[in-house]
Amino acid sequence: MSQVLADLRYAKSHEWARSLPDGRIEVGITDHAQHALGDLVFVDVPPVGTALAIGGACAVVESVKAASDVYSPVAGTVVEVNASLSGSPELINEDCYGKGWLYRVQPASSSGLDALLDASAYSAVLAAEGG
Amino acid sequence: MPFIPHTEQDVREMLVTIGAPSIDALFDEIPASLRISGLDGIPEGLSEMEIGRLMGERARLDGRPLSFLGAGAYEHHIPSAVWTITTRGEFYSAYTPYQAEASQGTLQLIYEYQTMISSLTGMEVSNASLYDGGSAVAEAALMAVRAHRKSKSLRVLVPQTVNPNYRRVAISTAGNQGLRFETVAYRREDGCIDREALAAYAGEDIAALVIQQPNFFGQLEDVDALTDWAHEQGMLVIAVVNPTSLALLKPPGEWGKTGADICVGEGQPLGVPLSSGGPYFGFMTTRMEYVRSMPGRIVGRTVDLDGKQGYTLTLQAREQHIRRGKATSNICTNQGLLMTAATIYMTLIGPQGLSKVAAASMQRSDELVEALTQVKGVRAAFKGPRFHEAVLLLDRPASAVLRELEAQGILGGLDLSGDYPELGSALLVCATETKTAGDLARYAAALGAAVQKVRAA
Amino acid sequence: MNQILEKSIFEYSRAGRSAHAQQPPGADVASAAQKIPAALRRRTAPMLPEVSELDAVRHFTRLSQLNFSIDTNFYPLGSCTMKYNPKACNQYAMLPEFLARHPLAPDTQGQGFLSCMFELQEMLKEVTGMKAVSLNPMAGAHGEFAGVAMIRAYHRARGDLARNEIIVPEAAHGTNPATATMCGCIVKEIPVDAQGDVDLDALAKAVGPNTAGIMLTNPSTLGVFERKIEQVAKLVHGAGGLLYYDGANLNAILGKVRPGDMGFDVIHMNLHKTFSTPHGGGGPGAGAVGVSARLEPFLPVPIVGREGDHYRWLSEADRPQSIGRLSAFMGNAGVLLRAYIYMRMLGREGMSRVGEYATLNANYVMARLRQAGFDLAYPERRASHEFIVTMKRQAKELNVTAMDIAKRLLDYGFHAPTTYFPLLVPECLLIEPTETESRETLDGFVAAMASIMAEAQADASTLKTAPHTMPVRRLDDVRAAKQLDLTWKPVNSAA
Repeated sequence: MSQVLADLRYAKSHEWARSLPDGRIEVGITDHAQHALGDLVFVDVPPVGTALAIGGACAVVESVKAASDVYSPVAGTVVEVNASLSGSPELINEDCYGKGWLYRVQPASSSGLDALLDASAYSAVLAAEGG
Repeated sequence: MPFIPHTEQDVREMLVTIGAPSIDALFDEIPASLRISGLDGIPEGLSEMEIGRLMGERARLDGRPLSFLGAGAYEHHIPSAVWTITTRGEFYSAYTPYQAEASQGTLQLIYEYQTMISSLTGMEVSNASLYDGGSAVAEAALMAVRAHRKSKSLRVLVPQTVNPNYRRVAISTAGNQGLRFETVAYRREDGCIDREALAAYAGEDIAALVIQQPNFFGQLEDVDALTDWAHEQGMLVIAVVNPTSLALLKPPGEWGKTGADICVGEGQPLGVPLSSGGPYFGFMTTRMEYVRSMPGRIVGRTVDLDGKQGYTLTLQAREQHIRRGKATSNICTNQGLLMTAATIYMTLIGPQGLSKVAAASMQRSDELVEALTQVKGVRAAFKGPRFHEAVLLLDRPASAVLRELEAQGILGGLDLSGDYPELGSALLVCATETKTAGDLARYAAALGAAVQKVRAA
Repeated sequence: MNQILEKSIFEYSRAGRSAHAQQPPGADVASAAQKIPAALRRRTAPMLPEVSELDAVRHFTRLSQLNFSIDTNFYPLGSCTMKYNPKACNQYAMLPEFLARHPLAPDTQGQGFLSCMFELQEMLKEVTGMKAVSLNPMAGAHGEFAGVAMIRAYHRARGDLARNEIIVPEAAHGTNPATATMCGCIVKEIPVDAQGDVDLDALAKAVGPNTAGIMLTNPSTLGVFERKIEQVAKLVHGAGGLLYYDGANLNAILGKVRPGDMGFDVIHMNLHKTFSTPHGGGGPGAGAVGVSARLEPFLPVPIVGREGDHYRWLSEADRPQSIGRLSAFMGNAGVLLRAYIYMRMLGREGMSRVGEYATLNANYVMARLRQAGFDLAYPERRASHEFIVTMKRQAKELNVTAMDIAKRLLDYGFHAPTTYFPLLVPECLLIEPTETESRETLDGFVAAMASIMAEAQADASTLKTAPHTMPVRRLDDVRAAKQLDLTWKPVNSAA
């Protein structure tokens, strides 16, 4: 059973988003997603300064058997990327909600994460997918 | 039924196992209205003896003229061992090495090929080959657009000094994805890219500049200055090179201050017979930072469960069978057998041998130009350094002169009037290490006679 | 099989050694270099091996011995049609005159070669039921590209500019959607029903004024004939779209049904499958395309034409609406010669038997594997030239996967079937025996599968750790992709 953290928001396409105290938003892929992909070998994150729209393909996570697009769960501008991932993509497998974060954005509006799923709604999505 | 081993008894018993009354019954899911009764338009089958005789007759019709054609396909000596080994069944009849444990031979060979081609071109990484030189240029243009991190431009500059057929293939292949290829004129005095025409593009948002070295006319471009200029403009540089020439010419990885970004070319000169245009192979090398944007198969070295060294296809997630609509390319074939031949060729020729092949080709080509320009009404079109090809200007129509030469069993070169009408009557000629002094003398004598005959007509 | 792995060719290299007989006589490297401006000269020699001819011959011969191949092993690789590659096809395509012919030699110096190409075009038209053929594309995917590009060109020429959607069944080869994307089209995937046929309701909803066409393989990648093909054709044509036939499975129906008669407008043929040209360890292929009358003007050039008894290339000037040139010269000409020789040897009778015996062999192996307790993906259907076994039950009960079976088969001397394709069927093995295999070989394969299943029941670890007898055991793909090692480097080099 995949791990779903109670304090995060989720997208149906298996990304999570976390509000940081300074107003920025941290984005990553969920435990379900990392498990489905298997051992990750490469991560391509958007360069700092990229403007992201909700649902736009913005990053690629690649395992031996699959390469998958990551769709941005929030709109905003990339202000920081997780530099450790270029040398250690396995961080996503080991700690997808912590050290395996992908990038941080300055959100475009203050409406924040309300449009995203909460933990119980995302768990329901996973249950419906059979996972 | 050649190559079908079944006896009548086999068929009977197999049908019993299946539970079908006849072979025909196995097709009962196909609507009867669609079934055909036979293939009347196909001739009767031939035994091996008969087909051997037929093909011998067809081959004789093609003849063995003395050829001075180049223009992207070059006659070189091919060591006997190259095709003796390449056509061993274990290479010839093997599938793509997806089952790595049962394909270590092919995989290690690709790894060795990647090493040789990377070193020859001065780049960091190579794929396992592409279809041919023309399609490699098209794939390089697509890759440049994909890999460019700062520009989203779909414009690519392709000077007129790039092989016209490569330019055509690039347009047919990449045009559908919105790429726009813009030509740049050449200088009449030396047949190289016109820097003033190029300067007109300064400051514009363009993905890449293609530089062919030696260029289609055989002339040597000032690759350092061109590369640096393109990089200053924020363009990537796609080098198109002849692998033989790289024994003597600066490899693309060393062009300008930082080197070309993508290098491609036609691999045929490395042990592949002319064979009416194929099968050849295209090669492609690049910087490590662009490896994930590179199309085609790539082999990596790794270890097995016991820690023993082995080879496997890697970075497969880029490819069509996994990435489907988002793949870097729809390519699934590399030209494995030709790459095998090229690897054996490069091994047998070695670094010194390749230098000698390049040097001898330059020498023969110089001697050819020297001999042919002695003929009245024939002169060299361009000044400046060349590799093993040259453009000659004639004072009579090239097509008529070529016909006269052909009647003497000589293919005198390529008539450039179709692609470069501004040159007038022009001929692209080539000589490599395979030509003897006698061959050159024969051509010179025949050319003299041919020009005279055309002039008299 | 040779258990000693072969060291790299670079480790045999010794400075100053060479294959002397291969060096061109009288070459003066120093004086040639002098003619090149200093800034354009190479400064350090490329890292090519310096070995004797015997060193090279032994090394590459040993490498060859580390491979499986059709000449040494049964290769039931679904969707790949690994049939015997007759030796005559290679020998007679490599006659000296054919090898020496320059691609730009005039037509008059190539009537032998061109006549073979013209007759090949004619024969391919006959077996596919298409109106015209171009031999230019150099592989299946290249042919697919040509096909979709022609569909786009056709709609554009009619001013029908909105048609940019290509419909693809979810079971399609990965090249289909990749090709559509390369042609600047949008891909719409539609489902297949429980019996493996296209879902007509979904298709009816998918077609419309934006439909450029549909790409189908028939028999499909599920190893069954698409029974509703006539309705599919009617629906797509009715909506103004065209039908594309992926010829990957043409071997199944050769001599029995023709794509042209099924209503297809364009088809690519994998000559390296159906017409037995070699796979060469991953190429060269050849992906000739055939079209119906309305697409003929758009065929890629060059094409071989005949005027009286003279053969000549038709180029851009003859075909102004052509999608253009896809190779610098004439595609994989030497491969085309091999296909020509194969077709002439088989002739009318032999060609009609290909589909029959390929289908007989597939249905026989399917029946015997079913008897041996294997689960079929489509047990109610006839096999075409291939069929799917699913290991879903064994994966659950015995914890063995399709990949484990595939790897263990290598130990029995059989190449693995295609695994994990089509993606639609869990834990699948796609098995295609081809018509050139004898009953004894097929029985041997079935016996190996049964024996492997017995091993799985006794001790699954034998399978999980297979293969055991190959030159290497399972390789660390994750390490290969993470710690990229793509070129050989001297041990002491800084890199």
